[in-house]
Amino acid sequence: MANLTTESRPVRYALTAVALLFLFLFLLLPLIGVFWEALHKGWQLYLTALVEPEAWSAIKLTLISAAIAVPLNLVFGVSAAWAIARFDFRGKSLLTTLIDLPFAVSPVVAGLMFILLFGANTAVGGWLQDHGLQVIFAVPGIVLATVFVTFPFVARELIPLMQSQGADEEQAAIVLGASGWQTFRKVTLPNIKWGLLYGVILTNARAMGEFGAVSVVSGHIRGETNTIPLHVEILYNEYNFVGAFACASLLALLALVTLLVKSLVEWRLHRQQQASTLRTAEARLQAAQP
Amino acid sequence: MSNILNLRHSVLPGFRLSFGITLFWLALIVLLPFAALVYSTMGMGWDGFLAAVGSERVMASIRLSFATAGLSALINLVFGFLVAWVLVRYPFPGKRLVDALVDLPFALPTAVAGIALTTLYAPNGWIGQFLVPLGIKVSFTPLGIIVALTFIGLPFVVRTVQPVLEDLEKELEEAATCLGASRWDIFRRVIFPATLPSLITGGTMAFARATGEYGSVIFIAGNIPLVSEIAPLIIVSKLDQFDQQGATAVALVMLGISFVFLLLINLIQWWAARRHGAGR
Repeated sequence: MANLTTESRPVRYALTAVALLFLFLFLLLPLIGVFWEALHKGWQLYLTALVEPEAWSAIKLTLISAAIAVPLNLVFGVSAAWAIARFDFRGKSLLTTLIDLPFAVSPVVAGLMFILLFGANTAVGGWLQDHGLQVIFAVPGIVLATVFVTFPFVARELIPLMQSQGADEEQAAIVLGASGWQTFRKVTLPNIKWGLLYGVILTNARAMGEFGAVSVVSGHIRGETNTIPLHVEILYNEYNFVGAFACASLLALLALVTLLVKSLVEWRLHRQQQASTLRTAEARLQAAQP
Repeated sequence: MSNILNLRHSVLPGFRLSFGITLFWLALIVLLPFAALVYSTMGMGWDGFLAAVGSERVMASIRLSFATAGLSALINLVFGFLVAWVLVRYPFPGKRLVDALVDLPFALPTAVAGIALTTLYAPNGWIGQFLVPLGIKVSFTPLGIIVALTFIGLPFVVRTVQPVLEDLEKELEEAATCLGASRWDIFRRVIFPATLPSLITGGTMAFARATGEYGSVIFIAGNIPLVSEIAPLIIVSKLDQFDQQGATAVALVMLGISFVFLLLINLIQWWAARRHGAGR
């Protein structure tokens, strides 16, 4: 008997083939389709579609809203992870559930909530508008919706990572006289940097690609409140397929970069874990020697 | 503050600062919008609520959203388990690439997925052209919605089942084989029960996500009232007509169901953790 715990070769091959075919049809083909539709009429048309003024202003707005939303959620995510993974307090699981809440809400409902809060006919929105700040159907609303849908990502990535690493190294640093900031910068940050990087990249990808929530609050004013995904929708509905897929291909590229970084981070974390297991083993060995 | 929170003493500093930032941002970005939703609901009253939700078109869309989400979750349970199984158990070339690809639906913007799938399954598309002779129409039918939701939900199942399969102790299977069990028996009575909690969690997550999904669905669905119009689209079209009250009512029904599912996930995780702990 060669191996007690695996299936016969035909079964293995058949299952692998079915799984790969499924992934090919459902994941890979759509991805290839995006680039094919964008490029099959030539580079010239592709580039023209991207430098067209409305596409350009959509790209700019997308970059701006991500540039505001990502750092805000980065600060929040690190703070939440520090509080949750490093301290024991009452209501911790409630806090964790509340942080996850944006995951459970339809993006459309998220957009609706901001309209109910900041719309022109509400108390808050009316007051803000009287003071010259329009939120809904303007850039601030788009940023708020983006922050909402990307709210949990950094915290979600860091909390399990920091919990599994434990607080020993940080406690040692504090006991040895380091200040809080020093400890965070020189002990915590090097330990979590790869997880943090992936959290930020994922937040960024979702921020730039968010459709439902942003669509509801944006008002679709061409050249003013259209992000790339909204611009894709408009072009697609006008049967301008090359233009739609050209803009879509930018977002698909971003998705590919995100996946690449994720693989890289997982590989790094794996190595880091192996290295630290090795260090611990060595230390134990040395301590055991007389 | 530390008294109310029953904070356990720690040598580490920074609790007040980090907890303060967390609470402030949570209140501003998540709790305040929710409060707005609750506030505008209270002004609605039962009659307004029922009038908005009770129409045939709205009911049909809610039914459609949950039915298609359920079917796509079932598809993902089967194929997600298969993909996780193949990734964990069988060697094949390009495995790391395939493993990375599984996360694509997390990273690819929903609108991009939507137009790509619509083009693929259109009657003259790469996949659609083979389905038309068979009499299968995908684009602009509920079947198209299921395709889009299956795309969106796949990583939830794979990524919750995969680590459980990786941690499965091979010794159990070896013992079962030595005791004369067939592979199928072992799958049914050893492997499947061990992965069941993670399958339920992953399936529930895929289902919950699918009920609220908007971007990937609206392109392929065709949005025909009573046939292929999903509930999130009803909210959007009510908002386009400045019917905020109606939109809120529909959102409330969907949120209620989402909350039940979030609660269910937590209960299942609690139950699975307890069972796992008891087995030790």
